[in-house]
Amino acid sequence: MTDRELILQRIRSAVANAPEPPEIARDYAERHHHGEPAELVELLAENLTGYRARVHRADDAGLPALVARLLAEHGDTSVAVPADLPAEWLSALTIDVRPDAPLSAVELDRTSAVITGCALAVAETGTIVLDAGPGQGRRALTLVPDHHVCVVRVPGQVYPSLPLAVPELDLRRPLTWISGPSATSDIELDRVEGVHGPRTLDVILLG
Amino acid sequence: MSGGTYLGMPSFPVAAKTATHDGRLRGNMHRAMNTIRTRRARAVSELDDWAQLRQAGKEIKDRALRHLDEYLLQIEERVTEAGGHVHWAADAAAANRIVAGLAKAAGAAEVVKIKSMATQEIGLNEALAAEGIDAWETDLAELIVQLGHDRPSHIVVPAIHRNRSEIREIFRAEMGRNGRPAPDDLTDRPADLAEAARLHLREKFLRAKVAVSGANFLIAETGTAVIVESEGNGRMCLTLPETLISVVGIEKVLPTQRDLEVFLQLLPRSSTAERMNPYTSMWTGVTAGDGPSDFHLVLLDNGRTETLADEVGRQALRCIRCAACLNVCPVYERAGGHAYGSVYPGPIGAILSPQLRGIDNPVDASLPFASSLCGACYEACPVAIDIPEVLVHLRERAVEQPGHGAERAVMNAATWLLDHPAALAAAERAASATRKLHPRTLNLGPAAAWSDTRDLPEVPSESFRAWWRKQHR
Amino acid sequence: MRVALFATCVNDALYPSTAIATVRLLERLGVKVDFPQAQTCCGQPQYNSGYRKQVEPLVTRMVNTLAEYDYVVTPSGSCAAMVRNHYPRIDVKSTELAPRMLELTEFLVDVLGVEDVGAYYPHTVTYHPSCHGLRMLGLGERPRRLLKAVRGLTLLELPAADECCGFGGTFAVKNPDVSAAMGADKVAHAEETGAEVLCGADNSCLMHLGGLMRRSGSALRPVHLAEILASTEQEVAR
Repeated sequence: MTDRELILQRIRSAVANAPEPPEIARDYAERHHHGEPAELVELLAENLTGYRARVHRADDAGLPALVARLLAEHGDTSVAVPADLPAEWLSALTIDVRPDAPLSAVELDRTSAVITGCALAVAETGTIVLDAGPGQGRRALTLVPDHHVCVVRVPGQVYPSLPLAVPELDLRRPLTWISGPSATSDIELDRVEGVHGPRTLDVILLG
Repeated sequence: MSGGTYLGMPSFPVAAKTATHDGRLRGNMHRAMNTIRTRRARAVSELDDWAQLRQAGKEIKDRALRHLDEYLLQIEERVTEAGGHVHWAADAAAANRIVAGLAKAAGAAEVVKIKSMATQEIGLNEALAAEGIDAWETDLAELIVQLGHDRPSHIVVPAIHRNRSEIREIFRAEMGRNGRPAPDDLTDRPADLAEAARLHLREKFLRAKVAVSGANFLIAETGTAVIVESEGNGRMCLTLPETLISVVGIEKVLPTQRDLEVFLQLLPRSSTAERMNPYTSMWTGVTAGDGPSDFHLVLLDNGRTETLADEVGRQALRCIRCAACLNVCPVYERAGGHAYGSVYPGPIGAILSPQLRGIDNPVDASLPFASSLCGACYEACPVAIDIPEVLVHLRERAVEQPGHGAERAVMNAATWLLDHPAALAAAERAASATRKLHPRTLNLGPAAAWSDTRDLPEVPSESFRAWWRKQHR
Repeated sequence: MRVALFATCVNDALYPSTAIATVRLLERLGVKVDFPQAQTCCGQPQYNSGYRKQVEPLVTRMVNTLAEYDYVVTPSGSCAAMVRNHYPRIDVKSTELAPRMLELTEFLVDVLGVEDVGAYYPHTVTYHPSCHGLRMLGLGERPRRLLKAVRGLTLLELPAADECCGFGGTFAVKNPDVSAAMGADKVAHAEETGAEVLCGADNSCLMHLGGLMRRSGSALRPVHLAEILASTEQEVAR
């Protein structure tokens, strides 16, 4: 007998006399905050800031200058971008822009920043979700460089809660959920921001 | 009232004895546990529907376990459709064999690892070492444990028994022997220690061909694996190497995508007391041009189906490894994680290890007794595992093992006495008559275990029963 | 209303003053209380040690002895929890007895509807809520509300009150080092409050803590809640 057959057989005999479980009572809240879209954007900003992401606001006209300023302030000399990132977002940059053609891991390691969009954001948890869709690129892109600038269209991309956001996701795509910069509490439970992922996360709320 | 087993004193008490007298360990644990308890309580109290989420979490897991065969087959089908490979491992040896074979086939002399309870449970690192393959732990706490030639003592924060100055010494002494050394001027600031780990591990991430992980959840509906983490070492392992091997316990199944809305609220708040952990990765098979081109899912049994067959004990398989039960446990805080003699310490370990490994060895036979049954673990558990109920159930199995004859005789005698009130009253009268002769300490058997640290109670001049009779003659 | 006292084996044999205080308190409040003498022990020590079969005759005894009463009152949260929560799992014939088993403070607050029992106790007191009363019965604020209404009594808050004292039945002898370490921390917290009296509603926990306190020469005195509530200007307990 293969391990596959063995495991399946053991499961079937283990649960043979177990009662059929009840219908799952999903009587938990669909959302915990009931504000207007603008208030949800506020909540998202607050929760992102709470986890030490830096939150900025811009409209389409102001975006290129803000992107350029954030990279300059961080001292970035190069920036990786998904090949399909809107060109106007980069129009004020004077540093080395590297479209992911793709870039090798070592090349990414030598690139100081990355700019992407996102699939959606969740206000209650302060989460940004990337799904490798338009303007987001593959997963390694937003991981290896030390500075991630992420653009969220508001209020259109903002969902109040997990129960309202999860059904919107396509799990066949690779998903990365980001809630603040990388962090660890492994030493005496003392939280340190920035271990392996980008140590600086700038979120631009565009709208 | 009742006897204790002093014949063949089991293992947990012996290990715990050392821990309770280790001042530094007690200090490290006390500080850490108090911090995490307060934070968790705050994170949970933020959600007024916590009880409903907890109930949904329990019911979803119960459903997954009741139809586990169907869900596993569904996962196999979805993962395969998405270009991944599914392997089945009945036990640790089979799983280790599969992983070692895949690593060799990929031409790897080393693998990078994401923190995974399942691979610790099966002793994968040791099995790979025997095949000449180095396994590098990349979670900060696991790195501390690995470099310190130590064992993990907590499910979520494995180096919780170490303080910052101990960690600095480990990094200075060991990093250079395993790759990029720690900087000469390394301080004991957590930020500096994390930076040293970042630099030490980055070269390993960039060159690794094979990564090994576990998974927090497997979504049957879509064949998706989910990993919840904080540092980004998980993302590195899941994204950069060409080959990814995920060893996942069969109980990690969630039936549907929608179930994530429950578990991604329950898990971060229960484990690290966060509204959401910094990074969560989800992937289904392989994606061209994004991440590994070769994905292997190893479905691990290793005692889980036997646990599933136990009507009372099977609820332990609902566990999502959040460690909330460890963090609130007064026994765990004083005994430390190592005393549990298993990769699964604390209250959940006390019910999981004896079920996964069997109760016929001294360590596992002692674990169901490593609890005062105070119930704090059940209260904290986000999937409502009634740990005290399972502990008592496993005690019933443990006392069937050899070595409990003397205790059983005491229990039988006690029951006989308590079922004969006249005899009980006579015994009480005899005790009262000789009360002046009773010492405050005794050095024999269970009485000694009591009176090493505590005075024995004084026997009163008459029992309540005797008083009542006088009043109501 | 027919009310029986379930004294518990620990109180019967080692702490009769607690059971006597319970009788006096209830009688003062106008409740005629009976003590059916065929009662002994709820069987918790055997049950929690894994000897379920040895519990069965004791369940039968409890059910037969206490069947005819409207309420059974006991000055022990742990024994009440054993009967109410565990008995129905051991033997279905206990399903009628189980809900009628009340811990003393439940009976006072929920059935009699009193919080001020007319007690007088001129001491500083800190209260340790034992685990089974706290978590299995959900006694909540009842004991502290009763204590606050006692004239002359100053209630001092116990730090980390919800944490187990380390007794745990046979745990105290099977894991004596951890048990004693937990108890020592509980005693230290109680001493921090500066109270004269450490009050509890379970004498088994107080036996453990009292044993530690006597060994270490602590000035604290363990006193069961029932004894404080029973004391009046005319008759001050210890």
